Amino acid sequence: MKFLSQLISGISLGSIYSLIALGYTMVYGIAKMLNFAHGDVIMIGGYVVYTACVTAGLPAAAGVLIAIVFCTVLGVAIERFAYKPLRSASSLAVLITAIGVSYLLQNVALLIFGSDTKSFSSVVSLEPVSLADGALVISGETIVTIIVSVIIMVALIVFINKTRPGKAMLAVSEDKGAAQLMGINVNGTIALTFAIGSGLAAVAGALLCSAYPALSPYTGAMPGIKAFVAAVFGGIGSIPGAMIGGILLGIIENLSKGYISSQLSDPIVFAVLIIVLLVKPTGLMGKKINEKV
Amino acid sequence: MRIKKFLAVVLALAVVFAFASCTKNPGNAENPSDESNSNSASEEGVIKIGSIGPLTGDNAVYGTAVKYGAELAVKEINEAGGINGCKVEFRMEDDVSDAEKAVNAYGVLKDWGMQMLAGTVTSKPCQAVSTYAAEDNMFLLTPSGTSVECLQAGDTLFRVCFSDPAQGTKSADFIAEKGLATKIGIIYNSSDVYSTGIKDTFVEEAAAKNLEVVATEAFTNDSATDFTAQLTNIRSAGAELVFLPIYTAPASLILQQANTMGFAPLFFGCDGLDGILSVENFDASLAEGVMLLTPFVANSTDEATVKFVNAYRANGYEDTYLNQFAADAYDAIYTIKAAAEKAGVTGDMDTAAIGDAMKTAITEVTVSGVTGGSITWNADGEPNKEPRAVKIINGEYQMVE
Repeated sequence: MKFLSQLISGISLGSIYSLIALGYTMVYGIAKMLNFAHGDVIMIGGYVVYTACVTAGLPAAAGVLIAIVFCTVLGVAIERFAYKPLRSASSLAVLITAIGVSYLLQNVALLIFGSDTKSFSSVVSLEPVSLADGALVISGETIVTIIVSVIIMVALIVFINKTRPGKAMLAVSEDKGAAQLMGINVNGTIALTFAIGSGLAAVAGALLCSAYPALSPYTGAMPGIKAFVAAVFGGIGSIPGAMIGGILLGIIENLSKGYISSQLSDPIVFAVLIIVLLVKPTGLMGKKINEKV
Repeated sequence: MRIKKFLAVVLALAVVFAFASCTKNPGNAENPSDESNSNSASEEGVIKIGSIGPLTGDNAVYGTAVKYGAELAVKEINEAGGINGCKVEFRMEDDVSDAEKAVNAYGVLKDWGMQMLAGTVTSKPCQAVSTYAAEDNMFLLTPSGTSVECLQAGDTLFRVCFSDPAQGTKSADFIAEKGLATKIGIIYNSSDVYSTGIKDTFVEEAAAKNLEVVATEAFTNDSATDFTAQLTNIRSAGAELVFLPIYTAPASLILQQANTMGFAPLFFGCDGLDGILSVENFDASLAEGVMLLTPFVANSTDEATVKFVNAYRANGYEDTYLNQFAADAYDAIYTIKAAAEKAGVTGDMDTAAIGDAMKTAITEVTVSGVTGGSITWNADGEPNKEPRAVKIINGEYQMVE
């Protein structure tokens, strides 16, 4: 029973990781850049929901909707002003810029909302499911997060493979120059990618803060990094990989907390990552890429 | 060309004035201190007590509370005839909780003629100032500096509150004495000195008091989101009480997750948990029944507290600052009075002589204060008093009798 209970809490943590990892992997897969500010867009999304629902008293659904719009605009703006001017620069320069944007967002939030932790009101009103006389409890947040992650995953796969803007994304991710020659608006496509990724971040922010209701300017930083690990674990660029990577990461983390040592859970998670990458360098679901010589 | 010449003249003049003011400054600096020396010689009857703490910035609530608590005590003492017939003067300088500013404030207070320091309020500045105080053999009694390092620079350094690790010992004592539980689980932050320090002394003292620590679980600043694994382990180990030597943010998550799991042990914390009810938008019902170690709560009914709270309100100080810090500062000033009377300190003694006299006298007095019925001090500067705890009942702190 203890094992099942640890497994369930692992899945609930993992479902949050996968939701965040979807945004990471989507932007990486198409724009080929690591958007380290993703975790902080999640935090901003959390604050927008908090301001809308707690301060202004709007219903949860309206709060989430406002957050999605806000984060989409924010994501496009970040792309336009921070990343687009560096389109032809080395990937290292873009990476450093992303880290800079991450700190910028944290400090802006610090300035506006202060450093004190705020307690978030859950946007999920689903009752927890109680099994085996209360020994096993699955929270409403977990159920909603898993369902939302699966819906987003399927929607993204369909969008990318079946629609014209989606196919344009695939083309841009394979070869920017050739895509441009074929008449695809590369800048527009990348901006759209950021718009979708940041909209997902707002959803992730609302669910992350509902499951773990302590909101501070640093809320997004560590889950962001863990989700990045999950995306690499599952094979960065692969959408189902992000989902599976996230869930597995959550389960490994919680089982090592529960059965090995709560002090060593992070080292164990990263050790597993290293082993996976040694055996399968592109991650669990990553595509094998033949280097052109 | 003309402009250049003009500029050159202006700059030259600026340089001359800069030098002039440089040579003037030391004289200026000497003069007031001469004056203050002659002042203190002429007014033999004045004992000057300084304090340093954050009166502005994020931690202003602590410094302001100390200021009010200390001012109240000074006022009462002066009305009752002062210390050994000498009037007491009190002055507090702002340090914004910054070590460097605290050291500057210490210099300012020394120029004013400070003979004893009832400060500083926060730990980091206290650490910095304590080395200077030790050099000057200045008697320092911090109301609220909890870190171990505050008192390590010399032997004239003392405190009113418990040190961080002492809170672990006192918590275990309290739990054992009140028979709150015999099987205890701990969740602590292994990436934080405060938390780890308390956990270590708690485990040690628990063993001495026959309390069984059935599970010790950790988290780090980087993994402070999901605590269900730790809580599950603690629950299956059969703990009746969970000790939380941590701050409010992770604690609020732990309470919420325990509630979702349907796990309801007694939660017990230290001063880090103080303020859990003021976390914005926090559902106070989650904290119902939580206990924490703290020496003061304004609605307590013991005689010393009632007297202090009434006097505080009668003097028109705001209730916002009526907290543990105000009580600690009030006790600090009365402790200085008790020790100074024991040592026969008067206003015409110099700082170093007062330091020598006070450091022995304070170990010989017993102070009955707001934060403890009979407080005594060791030569290492640590206070000895009964631990007290509050319990959150109906969303309010209530002193545990």
